[in-house]
Amino acid sequence: MAKKASSSTRKTKPPPAESGAFLWTRKDLVGLDELSAEEIVHILDTAETFKEVSTRSIKKVPALRGKVVALMFFEDSTRTRMSFELAASRLSADVLLFTSRGSSVTKGETTIDTVRNVEAMGVDIFVIRHGQSGAPHMLARKVAASIINAGDGQHEHPTQALLDVFTIRQRLGRLAGLKIAVVGDIAHSRVARSNIIGLRKLGAEVVVVGPPTLVPSAIRAMGCEISHSLDDILPQVDVINMLRVQFERFSSNLFPSVREYSRLYGMNADRLASCRKDVLIMHPGPINRGMELTSEVADGPNSCILQQVTNGLAVRMAVLYLVSRGRT
Amino acid sequence: MRRKLTAEQVQVALDRLYRAIEKQLPSDCRVAVIGIRTRGETLADRLVKRLRRVHPQLDIAHGVLDITFYRDDLSRLRGAPLVRATEIDFDIDDTWVLLVDDVLATGRSVRAALGALHDFGRPKVIRLAVLIDRGGRELPIAADFVGQKLSAAPGTRIQVKFRENDGQEGVFLNKKNETPAR
Repeated sequence: MAKKASSSTRKTKPPPAESGAFLWTRKDLVGLDELSAEEIVHILDTAETFKEVSTRSIKKVPALRGKVVALMFFEDSTRTRMSFELAASRLSADVLLFTSRGSSVTKGETTIDTVRNVEAMGVDIFVIRHGQSGAPHMLARKVAASIINAGDGQHEHPTQALLDVFTIRQRLGRLAGLKIAVVGDIAHSRVARSNIIGLRKLGAEVVVVGPPTLVPSAIRAMGCEISHSLDDILPQVDVINMLRVQFERFSSNLFPSVREYSRLYGMNADRLASCRKDVLIMHPGPINRGMELTSEVADGPNSCILQQVTNGLAVRMAVLYLVSRGRT
Repeated sequence: MRRKLTAEQVQVALDRLYRAIEKQLPSDCRVAVIGIRTRGETLADRLVKRLRRVHPQLDIAHGVLDITFYRDDLSRLRGAPLVRATEIDFDIDDTWVLLVDDVLATGRSVRAALGALHDFGRPKVIRLAVLIDRGGRELPIAADFVGQKLSAAPGTRIQVKFRENDGQEGVFLNKKNETPAR
């Protein structure tokens, strides 16, 4: 440290950075692909802080007081929308809700016009869910407000992946070196893509598992293994993330029957017995009960499905707070 | 950066602060000492350790407050540094709360801390203890316990350094433009 005598010569030097003085500077969160490992960890650490807020008697902080958050859901959603809505409320923001059903979209208005019109009302942050991959990215370039991607087509669902990663870190204490299985409908899953990206960046191994029709071989380019046998990989993994089979996105029959899928790729008590004792079972919801998971697995001690939902709130508070600070 | 107090002078200020607090400790209600991150946390740590050592019969709760979300200049700051958790895992209702910070200047941090505490409950009393009162108040807020008064010109910043945080002990005067952003 500078002594008295030499202080005049040190004036031009920048002040010493405070410890851990990483600064978040992004105005948008459109995907995990754009983020560095450091930025992802910063979101997780910030979410850790927000968990505490939900334990207070008054579960509110004034971090976004006077800001307006618009939830723009061009596609259906229950838990993501409610989670964002509650997260924004806990930060004292005003919340607007838009669903495309029964709106100007049915009259033929384009996405960009819809969003610009709402922005003209003085919105600071848009949370966008859209059936078109890349829609939030396009909007982030076109509007001055912050854009948070709440799921775009088959592309990314960053806040879901963040809460998955957050939950794994919370339960197992780390991410680096873990092996995580992502099981099921990989082809249609933005949750799978964001998870693979996030987990790889934080040093975890990922193996994707499912029938060949639902696991595109190109997914290997994202740095993960492929397996078509769930039974083979069960003993090797620390976490099993069971994805929902998204029938609504199927354009043809991609497997013979639900019963066969469930027999080959469903998690049940027998399969759980061949896993490590402390294996973590996750599911982003909504569950096709009896198909991806039997009830005894979904509600058993290895399951952290409800914890994922709880953590989702803290993660979304963190993301809302951070993007609001990233605007210059 | 100019040194205003040496490590020895900091110790004298600390002793003065401690004795002033000790004299006013209530005996008929619960006591909680809550430090404002980051240097206020360190100062509160030291005060609590000493209070518990000297008065083992007293039940003293100990908490930490991060006031980032309550700052009135939040929208003027750029970027988002890591916000750390507030740790108040006890009931502050009807408690004698000692709020602790390293430096009292404009009073805005204390205003923010009072807002934050308000969200946790309704203390019986809140008292404010600071190591340094440097003047320059912009709000009607005063300290109940002061370790040392210093007068510093407007546009300068008084910086307290603690062994636990900074590896050295002392109080320094900075020109505004050589201080970190926050």
